Amino acid sequence: MAGITIDRIEKRFGAVAALRELSLEVADGEFIALLGPSGCGKTTLLRIIAGLEQQTAGRIRIGGRDVSALPPRERGLAMVFQNYAVFPHMTVYENVAFGLRMKGASDADVKTQVERASGLLHIEPYLERYPAKLSGGQRQRVAVARALAVQPAVLLMDEPLSNLDALLRLEMRSELKSVLAASGATTVYVTHDQTEAMGLADRVAVMHEGVIEQIDRPQALYERPATRFVGGFVGSPPMNFIDMPVSGGAARLGAFSSPVAAGDGLVTAGIRAEDIAISDSGGLPFDVVVCEPLGATLLLTGRIEGQLARVAARPDARVRPGDRLSLSPALDRIVWIDPQSGRSLGASPGAAA
Amino acid sequence: MTGAPVSRRLRGLVFWSGIAMLCVWVLAPIYLIALGAFGGRAGVFRWPKSLMPWDTTLAAMQAFLAVDGVWAAALNGALVAGLTMLFSLLLGAPAGYALARYAFAGQSAFRMLVVLTRAFPLAILALPLTVTFIRVGLYDTAVGVALVHTALALPFAALVSSSLFMGIPRELEEAAWVFGCTGFQAFRKIVLPLALPGLAAAAIFAFVISWNEVFAASVLTVRNKTLTAYLLTVLAESPLHFRFAGGFLLILPSVVFMFAVRKYLFAMWGVANR
Repeated sequence: MAGITIDRIEKRFGAVAALRELSLEVADGEFIALLGPSGCGKTTLLRIIAGLEQQTAGRIRIGGRDVSALPPRERGLAMVFQNYAVFPHMTVYENVAFGLRMKGASDADVKTQVERASGLLHIEPYLERYPAKLSGGQRQRVAVARALAVQPAVLLMDEPLSNLDALLRLEMRSELKSVLAASGATTVYVTHDQTEAMGLADRVAVMHEGVIEQIDRPQALYERPATRFVGGFVGSPPMNFIDMPVSGGAARLGAFSSPVAAGDGLVTAGIRAEDIAISDSGGLPFDVVVCEPLGATLLLTGRIEGQLARVAARPDARVRPGDRLSLSPALDRIVWIDPQSGRSLGASPGAAA
Repeated sequence: MTGAPVSRRLRGLVFWSGIAMLCVWVLAPIYLIALGAFGGRAGVFRWPKSLMPWDTTLAAMQAFLAVDGVWAAALNGALVAGLTMLFSLLLGAPAGYALARYAFAGQSAFRMLVVLTRAFPLAILALPLTVTFIRVGLYDTAVGVALVHTALALPFAALVSSSLFMGIPRELEEAAWVFGCTGFQAFRKIVLPLALPGLAAAAIFAFVISWNEVFAASVLTVRNKTLTAYLLTVLAESPLHFRFAGGFLLILPSVVFMFAVRKYLFAMWGVANR
């Protein structure tokens, strides 16, 4: 029973506001990812939850208990650090046992918990070794095992996979997901890697300049970004943003037209690279500049009336730089965005039609 | 084609001749002193000098150690050096920790100030210090000399321990806090064990600084002299081979200490791996 309530947290460093009146509700046992570019305040928020940083204003409640003024050790949580922070002068066993020993657990309890946690993370063979003799991936496992050994109600993770190489990261990611799901801990996971956030979390909170731009399930976030920033940050390649003139309730560009719930002027169409079909005529005119065969798709980069766009074509498509193609985006998947505010206009009218 | 091996051989040559020069620079004087100390009266005055350690004798050494007050002075010197070590660590390590962990106004000025204490010539301070020490009753005591020596060793202790603590990632402490430690517990369980080798090296260095210091020790004491200060007064009136014996005895503890802690000294300079 340890949901986290973040109530209008503010953090200023001098004149700079790192977090602006940020509120967030994490349900008990939920896995939330804080996703954003560096400097968006996600790590600051995590450190405030942990008690390693003091908020300028606002309250933090964990399991209904106000912990805003408590030191980290009294907040009943565990944390995994970006650089692992495994104690170099202790064996792996003592590292994993550290939290339990501090709680004053009996030797028998320590042994059971260490064995359980190290079994989950497959580090039993190294228990008597010192961290200096371990690889980065193994140290990461020790750090996670140390956190899980105390059976925390709340688990905080600060970019735990970012120091691993790509292959290991993929492996650890799926392993983490199953281990954490089994632990039942309420998890807050900070990352700048959107595939990590999408792959692991129940809900993803996209942060930008000290505020949460959008918080939703990964798929909803991907399909219905609330702002232009979210669309551009989530998904690879990023969403295409094509400005189109609107007149009489319809956006038109080239031979393409779609009804849109916007007044006359300009509207931005957010279109995913894979939601675009290539046809011979009609639709959006697209001048191919670069073709990148990525295996699963052929990624085309080019311009629509001078605006940058990327299209994921079938890998066997015969396209060469310099070609002019016609693009037909799936109307029901277009996200219409107000170019002034950068916010989406809600469900596209095309979806209803 | 032969370019690479030749340049490598040249580099090796430069490297080893540099090493050889450093060794000679340090070892030759020590060797000559040892030769004088164990050569006896005849060895010291013989010319041309024999560089080989033939006909050595412990006579000078034994005679020297039998001189009245040498052992008392040695004990006193060790006491002063020990106190210096203790004081400079107790004051220097917390200062170093503060410099490493907290951002505070005037930090770099403080850092500079710490070093600047070394800029004061002791000779100028000697008279006022003597007067003050007589007034507060520290004159001619081990504690008094140790305080002055601490002033000399402190900048070193503070700056070395600050770089030591800086080398210990803050996250280790934070992890300790999260997993149930108070600030002090985290320091004792995590930071201290990791910093200990370096701190030991800094402490030994303070010991050696104190052991070798002669000016303050001479000025501020009358009867309770440290070995260095005592030898200065005694040896001035002694035959040459006695002086060699005394000099050798002075070098010995420093060399032994350095040798014992060389591993930690290297760790302190960041040569050893973590």
